[in-house]
Amino acid sequence: MVQTRKVKAFGPDVGTDRRKPIIEIRNVVKAFGAGVRAVDDVSLDIGEGEFFALLGPSGCGKTTLLRMLAGFEVPTSGDIMIAGERMEGVNPNRRPVNMVFQSYAVFPHMNVERNVGYGLRVTGVAEAEIKTRVAEALSLVKLGEFGKRMPNQLSGGQRQRVALARALVKHPKVLLLDEPLSALDAKLREAMQLELVRLQKTVGITFVIVTHDQDEALSMANRIAVMEKGKVRQVAPPADLYEFPNSRFVADFIGKMNLFEGRVSGVQNGNLQIDIKGLDRVAVPFTGSASGNIAIAIRPEKVKLGQTDPGGDNVRLRGRVTELAYYGNESHVYLENQTGMPISVNLKNATRTTLPSISIGDELWMSWAPTDTLVLTE
Amino acid sequence: MASTTLPDVSTRRQKAGIAPLEYTRRLWLQLILAGSFVFLYFPIFALIAFSFNDSKRNITWQGFTFDYYVKAFTNSSLHEAALNTLIIASISTVVSTVLGAMIGLVLQRYRFPGKGGYDGLIHLPIVIPEVCLGVAMLAFFSAISMPLGIATVTISHIAFSFPFVAVVVRARMEGFDLALEEASRDLGASEWQTFWNVTFPYMVPGVVAGALLAMTLSLDDFVITFFTSGPGSTTFPVKIYSMVRFSVTPEVNAASTILIVLTLALTVAAMMIQSRSDKKTKKANG
Ligand SMILES: Nc1ncnc2c1ncn2[C@@H]1O[C@H](COP(=O)(O)OP(=O)(O)OP(=O)(O)O)[C@@H](O)[C@H]1O
Ligand SMILES: [Mg+2]
Repeated sequence: MVQTRKVKAFGPDVGTDRRKPIIEIRNVVKAFGAGVRAVDDVSLDIGEGEFFALLGPSGCGKTTLLRMLAGFEVPTSGDIMIAGERMEGVNPNRRPVNMVFQSYAVFPHMNVERNVGYGLRVTGVAEAEIKTRVAEALSLVKLGEFGKRMPNQLSGGQRQRVALARALVKHPKVLLLDEPLSALDAKLREAMQLELVRLQKTVGITFVIVTHDQDEALSMANRIAVMEKGKVRQVAPPADLYEFPNSRFVADFIGKMNLFEGRVSGVQNGNLQIDIKGLDRVAVPFTGSASGNIAIAIRPEKVKLGQTDPGGDNVRLRGRVTELAYYGNESHVYLENQTGMPISVNLKNATRTTLPSISIGDELWMSWAPTDTLVLTE
Repeated sequence: MASTTLPDVSTRRQKAGIAPLEYTRRLWLQLILAGSFVFLYFPIFALIAFSFNDSKRNITWQGFTFDYYVKAFTNSSLHEAALNTLIIASISTVVSTVLGAMIGLVLQRYRFPGKGGYDGLIHLPIVIPEVCLGVAMLAFFSAISMPLGIATVTISHIAFSFPFVAVVVRARMEGFDLALEEASRDLGASEWQTFWNVTFPYMVPGVVAGALLAMTLSLDDFVITFFTSGPGSTTFPVKIYSMVRFSVTPEVNAASTILIVLTLALTVAAMMIQSRSDKKTKKANG
């Protein structure tokens, strides 16, 4: 692991997956009326058995893309292949995918068993088989005892399990989930995240989940596509996305980031020399090509604070603490400095004490290793 | 000054024990409520009471009797009118329910060119004065030289009933989550299966309430029926009217009472179905 990290430090992962693709999205565009491109020239491969997340801010086109996979929207142009077959002109009821809706869409007038068995019944599966498969699906989502309940006698989390069972009972090749956890409270959401990962491992099929919650995507998915305004900005595994974002947008959207705008002044022994206001010249290892205006970035937890100048080849500057936010497990410190941008630093509260080691107004040294510094050309 | 008057007011209120917003505990409001109730129901109670009056004339109370109910039930022309009414009401109810339900669904769900105008015009029969509709119908039937009879009355009843059904069904479908239909399609159901398994069960309370509404409208319609009925197709309300013109006997009261009871029963049923489904939806949502 450590080995690959080091290698990747000089070449970010482009997010290709060597698995056989189950979904192939080729240059898909979806325009609503004139000018509104909800999905703008997206190309993606999603591999068999992947837990894939579509992540992005509200209105970036995640739901639209998912609905095109399910067949509820027709692409304006481009191709979608699922399990090797072109999906053009294939109705939603004929696609080898099933969907879990954001509102769960559990049929209110059917009990849990009828809900789960619905997809089998309408396609003419024999009653005896329906019975065993429904029981199987319900025990998979731990709702074995609830078969006779009506949806209005279930909690939100249980209704969602019904929606899951109802989709999984069809044995789809791909399960599509549109913000499945957004209606749950924080504790339940975390439990369901683990549950979904367990479920995906058990059934072994591809999950494609839409979310605007980066923690959800990072903790569950094995690969994430970050979208912005209808375009896919980056596709990568969670750690690569966090440590090697390819653009200012991704860096800022995933986690917190201290960003500094600067200019390239040259290259020296494989190190990019960058001039940044208030930071003197910074030398950062970099293999790509860069020139003109760029940005460097550093994660708040990678910045060290100290009373004395750390020296060495560390990037370093002085600042004054202006704000302190306490979160229990860690504290966030904000320091004003010569760059003009306040820098945020995360400190672990590693020992049991209520006495703050830092207080507002303190003058401190901030420093970080050049290898932890990100260069963002986009 | 102010400091002495203010507590005064509050102690007076406290003595009466009436909070500022408890209007219903004020005497004047209770009087208005009682007065309007009497105003509304006194004629109806009088009508029902006098249907038991043992007198040829309907003016003074002579004694209690069921005679006029017996008379009404054995009056063969009333029988014919009642039969006509039932035939017309059943056909009109079925047709206007199907038509109204479909139009209600279309108007709630789809956008199409000219929808605004269509939407407005469809609801016009609800607001147009019935006399005008009656005259228009009569003119229409004579223009196509269709003889007045049960058919013309039925067609007219359908024409003014189905917009009411459409309104009720449309209101019902406002609360429908379209994702339910998508889920059904996603699970492998055809559009036809989806409609009957998912959409229609949700529509049912609206359809039933609309049907009962159409039925009561048809049962007690007088004006339009009066214009469009011919010899032999007289309905119950029109028959009662002609009896009144002849002479006001308690038999008329008895016949009217029967009609009142019938329509009341249907209306109560409609309201009960609606409120029960409302409760269910609320429960499902909360
Ligand atoms: N049926 C439609 N008609 C017109 N515009 C639409 C339609 N559906 C979506 N859009 C537009 O397309 C864009 C993308 O919508 P989409 O629902 O895919 O966003 P999203 O990423 O799922 O956002 P959210 O996180 O808020 O759900 C939005 O700007 C939206 O207004
Ligand atoms: Mg969405």
